[in-house]
Amino acid sequence: MSAQHFENPEITFQPDHSGGTGKIWKIFWVLSVLTIIELALGYFLYAKHGDLGYATVLTTKCVIGILTLAKAYYIVSVFMHLGDEIRNFIMTIVVPLVLFVWFIIAFLADGNSWKNLRNTRAGSRPAEIEQVKAAPAEHSAH
Amino acid sequence: MGSTTIPAGTKWWSGGKSPFNVSYGKVMMWYFLMSDAFTFGAFLISYGTIRFSVNHWADPNHVFNSFPFAGHANLPLAFVSLMTFILIFSSVTMVLAVHEGHHMNRKGVEKYMILTIIGGLGFLSCQAWEWTHLLTGEHIAMLNDGTLSVLPTTVKMNPWGEALSSSETMAALQKTSHEQLVAIANTLHHGAEGAHHAVETLTNQELINQIASNTAFHATHTGPIAFGGYFFGITGFHGFHVFSGVIINIVMYIKTKLGHFDQRGHYEMIEKAGLYWHFVDLVWVFVFLCFYLV
Repeated sequence: MSAQHFENPEITFQPDHSGGTGKIWKIFWVLSVLTIIELALGYFLYAKHGDLGYATVLTTKCVIGILTLAKAYYIVSVFMHLGDEIRNFIMTIVVPLVLFVWFIIAFLADGNSWKNLRNTRAGSRPAEIEQVKAAPAEHSAH
Repeated sequence: MGSTTIPAGTKWWSGGKSPFNVSYGKVMMWYFLMSDAFTFGAFLISYGTIRFSVNHWADPNHVFNSFPFAGHANLPLAFVSLMTFILIFSSVTMVLAVHEGHHMNRKGVEKYMILTIIGGLGFLSCQAWEWTHLLTGEHIAMLNDGTLSVLPTTVKMNPWGEALSSSETMAALQKTSHEQLVAIANTLHHGAEGAHHAVETLTNQELINQIASNTAFHATHTGPIAFGGYFFGITGFHGFHVFSGVIINIVMYIKTKLGHFDQRGHYEMIEKAGLYWHFVDLVWVFVFLCFYLV
């Protein structure tokens, strides 16, 4: 079990890999517990279906979403070892992903807007506009 | 993050070394995964947009409530939990393979790569079962012409709409053709082969009485048309990633077995395959959230 050695001149220093597998198993348990909490919340939504207010359902779903982001953080940071890379590299990966914040807000709001337009017919053209007569031709210089 | 000690005064941008302290191949794997994250993200956000734009969406607890060999038992979340834990566990064995690679322990890498491959195949088998179950499912739903029919879940149609009231159900039964009534009665008599011939000779009214008195009978509207396309499209795209990940892992296992990485002096290829494999697990975390949990 000699330590790994790179001949690669690109690499200035190797991250410390001398540790044991303790951290890996710890993260496995963290991911499992987070998943079990998510499932419990999902089951809560199922079992109480119809009895819960809109705000409670929305809050529970948001909590499940936050737990999912926590799982994503542990997978990327520890299992994919991104946490061991230097800061500049982490930023080239993480910063572009911030675009998702806007994507999600913009598109879900758009979907919601479609629903409102459909339900209220606000998006359809009022009948009187359809029937409007052509304006008399203007004789101005334009 | 960034816990490693960086030699003081390192000039990252003066040439001759990677400014990110990462080999070219690994940088490119990360950037590929980032672009793939945007692809999956676009799919999932598009799904979310359509889901937000309709008044009723399929309830995952009704759609995904079966378990292999459990018959018609109502087990919401059970099967997808199994799939999730299989994938988390195969992620752990993958990171253990990478760990063994750092210590140049070929036997350890081989052992954990085999376990990872088995986990990936297990996940794919689960997905194959789930797709088959949906595509061959038999649920009674009212079509646009007001008649009842036995529907599976496909990219074109699904039976996951809102439940019909009992008066709507009776009105729909009256409109339904003899052929469809026989199909519905047979669906309700699942497993009882002898019953097949008996129902065909009944009149429509006798069939309607028999169907309506069956406690297992309930009919729904057809579900949101986009559900099947998004579900099969996104889980299919993810499943294809799992499949290609398994192929990559098999190639890595063979190369390990042949001693290629020992000759090379490092197991970096295992790390790159590992990045892809963890990404597959990462995407599943979000697919699990969007399709099954909320």
